[in-house]
Amino acid sequence: MSVIHQHELELGGDGATQDNILITRVDQLINWTRKSSVWPMTFGLACCAIEMMATGASSYDIDRFGSGPFRATPRQADLMIVAGTVSHKMAPRVKRLYDQMPEPKFVMAMGACTVSGGPYIKHGYHVLKGVDRIVPVDVYVPGCPPRPEALLEGLFRIQEKMQKERLLDKTRAGARPKVLVE
Amino acid sequence: MAQVNPAVTALAAAVDKAFGAKITERDLNGIEPFLRCEPATWPELARFLKDRCGMDMLACLSGIDRGKGQGLEAVYNVESCAAQRTGISIRIRVPLDNPVIPSVESVWRTADWHERECWDLVGIRFEGHHNLVRILCAEDWEGHPLRKDYKSPDRYHGIKNNVV
Repeated sequence: MSVIHQHELELGGDGATQDNILITRVDQLINWTRKSSVWPMTFGLACCAIEMMATGASSYDIDRFGSGPFRATPRQADLMIVAGTVSHKMAPRVKRLYDQMPEPKFVMAMGACTVSGGPYIKHGYHVLKGVDRIVPVDVYVPGCPPRPEALLEGLFRIQEKMQKERLLDKTRAGARPKVLVE
Repeated sequence: MAQVNPAVTALAAAVDKAFGAKITERDLNGIEPFLRCEPATWPELARFLKDRCGMDMLACLSGIDRGKGQGLEAVYNVESCAAQRTGISIRIRVPLDNPVIPSVESVWRTADWHERECWDLVGIRFEGHHNLVRILCAEDWEGHPLRKDYKSPDRYHGIKNNVV
């Protein structure tokens, strides 16, 4: 358990207990298990999804970080990677998928389109100008599309956020980013 | 000048013979040889191309806003699967205030979705289509986005759209 720091193991000189007992905070233990198995939802909206698939495949191997199982249902997913252009027509569906995910849930905006509308910002009549207009985004990964390394970096940022979760904070009011309303 | 495919010349001659003055314009020398006709001639011509000339595939249907008061135009690319590389396009121009062309979905089954797309984005109405509803934009979308005078909505379902 690499996350449990050495200073938390001050158990004194009793040899029997020193080898068998670990003391940590419940928050820390749960967060550690959570961040070690961040299951993303299986869905891709456009070309970014190809890069997301590459991240899942053997070369970049997202499995190394516990995020290999892309779940085919929002009910089993912890992380929504919005990979690709979100059109106005698709937006309510994305929102519904987000609503169907159980807490705690995290959202990653992957690629320029989901961050801000990207190349469609001016003339894309049909494109949602940033997915943060419908769901709260935890991590933004820019790029067109972002390379797999960038996506993995985004995953690490999600993991960092997960480690700051508090078990008793059911509403996650402090951790949840805001939806952009104009 | 590109070399004219003799099969296309023969095809155009057959159409000319059957329709005469109903073909209002022809250009077989360009990259895309075309014939032009009026909307009223189109169902008859489509049937002729399919049944008598072997044009069994509607490869593409494009809608164009010509702008500058020239109205809208539909371009049909018809081809023969059997005789490869034999095909011709038919162009039909309609006024902006009453853009109606008879539907040919009963001739080529493909025309069903093609015509819906053309209606959705350019706003040409295909009379006789069994289900002429939007295919790409959301059902409650307003306007036809590929028209020259189209203005995208400032908001859609309360979400700000024009941010630049």
